[in-house]
Amino acid sequence: MADEIVELNDGTENLVIVGIQRRGVQLARRISSLIEESENATVFQGSLDITLYRDDLQTVGPRPVVGPTDIPWDIDGRNVVIVDDVLYTGRTVRAALDELADFGRPAHIVLAVLIDRGGRELPIQPDIVGKTISIAPGERVDVLVEDLDGRTEVIIPATAEETAR
Amino acid sequence: MTSALGKDLLALESLTGEQIRLILDTAEPFKEISERSIKKVPALRGSTIVNLFFENSTRTRISFEFAEKRLSADTVNVSASGSSVQKGETLVDTARNLEAMRIDMVVIRHSASGAAQFLAERIESNVINAGDGTHEHPTQGLLDLLTLRDRLGDLTGKRICICGDVLHSRVARSNIWGLKHVGAEVAVCGPRSLLPNAIEEFGVIVFDRIEEAIEWADALNVLRLQLERMTAGYIPSSREYNRVFGVSRERLERAPRDILILHPGPMNRGVEIDSDVADGPHSVILHQVTNGVAIRMAVLYLLAGGKPELAEAAKGGRA
Repeated sequence: MADEIVELNDGTENLVIVGIQRRGVQLARRISSLIEESENATVFQGSLDITLYRDDLQTVGPRPVVGPTDIPWDIDGRNVVIVDDVLYTGRTVRAALDELADFGRPAHIVLAVLIDRGGRELPIQPDIVGKTISIAPGERVDVLVEDLDGRTEVIIPATAEETAR
Repeated sequence: MTSALGKDLLALESLTGEQIRLILDTAEPFKEISERSIKKVPALRGSTIVNLFFENSTRTRISFEFAEKRLSADTVNVSASGSSVQKGETLVDTARNLEAMRIDMVVIRHSASGAAQFLAERIESNVINAGDGTHEHPTQGLLDLLTLRDRLGDLTGKRICICGDVLHSRVARSNIWGLKHVGAEVAVCGPRSLLPNAIEEFGVIVFDRIEEAIEWADALNVLRLQLERMTAGYIPSSREYNRVFGVSRERLERAPRDILILHPGPMNRGVEIDSDVADGPHSVILHQVTNGVAIRMAVLYLLAGGKPELAEAAKGGRA
């Protein structure tokens, strides 16, 4: 995925990698360090918490845990890569696009996800995908990352466990 | 409409330590929004909030208004002068008329203790107390807690002394309850004529001399001495008050540790606090004002809740 990001953006110049809280941030960090290693360049990183941009606040009510949003770079004219763990309905990405627009006007925005589980409710598609799986709407996909969960794997709890990567 | 805090925010006395920590933690990410070039998030888009101020206020009203606008709510300000209140309309009638225009929240400041609760029991909208008489001023208490936590870390066991006119101060009451709920040690210091009878029953230490308070405390919250107290005979003169209870640089220099200085404003420089203290390195007074917007955003956001069962259902489907 890291190689694909570099290829898609014609190198690391102007690149900003932004993870969506919480596990997207961990993934964005891993991808950034992989790119820094292979390209020998510094990659700008940030994180987004899209809680305040959700479209279901009025019906569902506030989620108590609002994480930090940290975009310390000017994103005007840059190539932004949004990183998240699982792409499902597309509503999180819609909110992330809205939030990014409040920080500036990037030249390009692309979407990179580890898992695409289908089930989209909005016209949003990923540009870079780690793995596409198809599971029923009621099922869950959990991405576990070293920093938060102590191990790195993808599981589908309660049903047949499948480990990707 | 219930949230983690219930329908209304009326007082800190009735909250738990856990609820107070939730508000403080929620305020953290809201600090960042006010640092952006576009200081606005769409969280409360479509909500209508009425700021009902029956008493003069600059800081609190503007702080609430910024908080509301930065969350994209629509706001209306009503003050007692120049409204139907002057024509003799009752509080409940005013609020019910506003409610008939389909509002979602009311922020109320009133000179009568208990006004916010009185209103909350009679209307369906969320009610936030922005100061009621000498009862409580919960968002001021919360922003003081946030400011203290920013500088001192976890407040468990930290020593905070509230100095001055505790008797007439809703800020003092909200501070005492809030600080005790999060496990801090609380003291008060001031002339006995300006301390409530049986103040010890709040579970606070009482200092009669400001020097003792400075010796003991990690932070002083210095209250405004309302000048009309002199004519009412509570203290002989503001000069004497300054000489005996004023927080001066000379007094702070004798402190065994660095002491934070808070003041809810508006300040009487040269009375309860000297200028070189108010503008000095120990003062976090303007930091309090900045935190006020974040705290009020957090409270508005947490009260704007929907139905809890939907929130449960949504957790499973989050992607």
